[in-house]
Amino acid sequence: MPDSIPENSVGLVTPEVHHFDEPLLLDCGKTLEQYDLIIETYGELNADKSNAVLICHALSGDHHAAGYHTMDDRKPGWWESAIGPGKPIDTNQFFVICLNNLGGCKGSSGPTTKIPGSDRFYGPDFPIVTVKDWVRSQQRLMLRLGIAQWAAIIGGSLGGMQVLQWTIDFPSLLRHAIVIAAAPKLTAQNIAFNEVARQAIMSDPEFHEGHYLEKNTKPKGGVMLARMLGHITYLSDDSMREKFGRELREGKLNFGFDVDFQVESYLRYQGKSFVDKFDANTYLLMTKALDYFDPASEYNDNLVDALKKATAKFLVVSFTSDWRFAPERSREISQALVAANREISYVEITAHQGHDAFLIPIPEYMAAFDAYMNKVARDIDEVKSS
Amino acid sequence: MSLRADLSLISEWIKPGSRILDLGCGDGTLLKYLRDTANVSGFGIEIDQQDIVKCIESDVNVIHADLDEGINNYFDADSFDYVVMTQALQAIRHPEELLDEVLRVSSDAIITFPNMGYWSGRLQLGLGGHMPVTKSLPNHWYNTPNIHLCTLKDFENLCVERSIRIIKRRVVDSRHKHGNWLMKIWPNLFGEIAIYHITKK
Repeated sequence: MPDSIPENSVGLVTPEVHHFDEPLLLDCGKTLEQYDLIIETYGELNADKSNAVLICHALSGDHHAAGYHTMDDRKPGWWESAIGPGKPIDTNQFFVICLNNLGGCKGSSGPTTKIPGSDRFYGPDFPIVTVKDWVRSQQRLMLRLGIAQWAAIIGGSLGGMQVLQWTIDFPSLLRHAIVIAAAPKLTAQNIAFNEVARQAIMSDPEFHEGHYLEKNTKPKGGVMLARMLGHITYLSDDSMREKFGRELREGKLNFGFDVDFQVESYLRYQGKSFVDKFDANTYLLMTKALDYFDPASEYNDNLVDALKKATAKFLVVSFTSDWRFAPERSREISQALVAANREISYVEITAHQGHDAFLIPIPEYMAAFDAYMNKVARDIDEVKSS
Repeated sequence: MSLRADLSLISEWIKPGSRILDLGCGDGTLLKYLRDTANVSGFGIEIDQQDIVKCIESDVNVIHADLDEGINNYFDADSFDYVVMTQALQAIRHPEELLDEVLRVSSDAIITFPNMGYWSGRLQLGLGGHMPVTKSLPNHWYNTPNIHLCTLKDFENLCVERSIRIIKRRVVDSRHKHGNWLMKIWPNLFGEIAIYHITKK
């Protein structure tokens, strides 16, 4: 709980829900006849609506990217490190919008919301959504808010993939694309990890083929396992060694199968606390969206051709110890952008925190981010004067 | 804006409106200057994070990469009008291979390096019996990043071997003042820094 709101925080924020009646045709062939998107906004939209920035969230993220909902909140939004007055995504300059993606479990239409006109939860019947579908829904939101062009779209990990998809599908609707700790598509190893997570959830006896909400239960063990596995891939060997080493929780070995080492205790805690915050069906949907992401597949598997459609200017960022989406993957994106003759800067930040580094205010990362966002802000003035 | 004299000399050699690649671009000074004065576009390659931030601040496109890993992964053949490499060749692990890559991505290149044949260096090694420390080579042998030092003669021999044609050559002193008559007559002895415009034969 914050005693007082830090000066560089956006402070107390209230989400808002936007209802959409226009049917949305999805990649899977199904149609969402109507849906809700829950969003948060920070900062002020300027008179000519040229300072809007869209934030795309990652696998377990949501619309609550910055600030606090109440003074009782233990933690601020998930990207508090980068969003706020004087921070790289400076709310004194930008109007920042973040939404919970379709299929999420934090207020947008998804497995935990009711099917319109019915008393039933969507549960496992919520259609499989793709990154492309999300981008389409985000574009609808853009129209609703009366924004003609984003000053920038920014995202890390799965969020960065949405940014890439935006630049290809709606090139004229954004000026800058910031793609952090992402990949142009998943590797077999990435998909393998996702599959183990899904199996953990689906083989939990409380899963009930996804209809657990109707039975008033949850596949807690499965979600916990999925999260524990995910968490290992977000950290690096070095950061785990530094954080936990082989430290024992009770100072001695217990010669049993309960927690001996601190790292076990940490993972169990992370897994357990996730169970209360996140929905199992949403976890399945999000991992599928990751697996299916492959924008080059529509361009004969040629990423360069795909990115030739883009007109935005790019900043691509990776982190040295990230092995979930390693620097090599960001280099693939950068190399394709260079080959497509796009404007791009690429920086590899030396960091030991693994994939999680994209959420951590590492000085060099923040400096590069800040320098680039200043450029985004300068372009707003240019748009105004033209 | 005043530009370092060697960069100013290089900028005179580059045609306005060109597309250039600056290998080891540092804080992006040259690219920014050429963009603002000669409508030049392109990329810089740099390995230092702080320099990269400065490039971004100057609105210069910069790619974080290690030149020791080559540039073939990034750039297609003949994708630039010029490649510029100032004072970086001598710090590269395989300068001869990088030169080949440079002349693959661009028909023309401008290369500068400190001349190991400079008289002061020769005196220090020949008479003093120790590795030279000069204004253009300020490091000691144990902490120098310059692992492949050469003289004008060495570089020109390599060019012959690799079928590289030298279009222009200039030598300057460490303050990068344009040459005096000694430098003109005996460049390999009195030139501290060499600047070459090279091309594929």
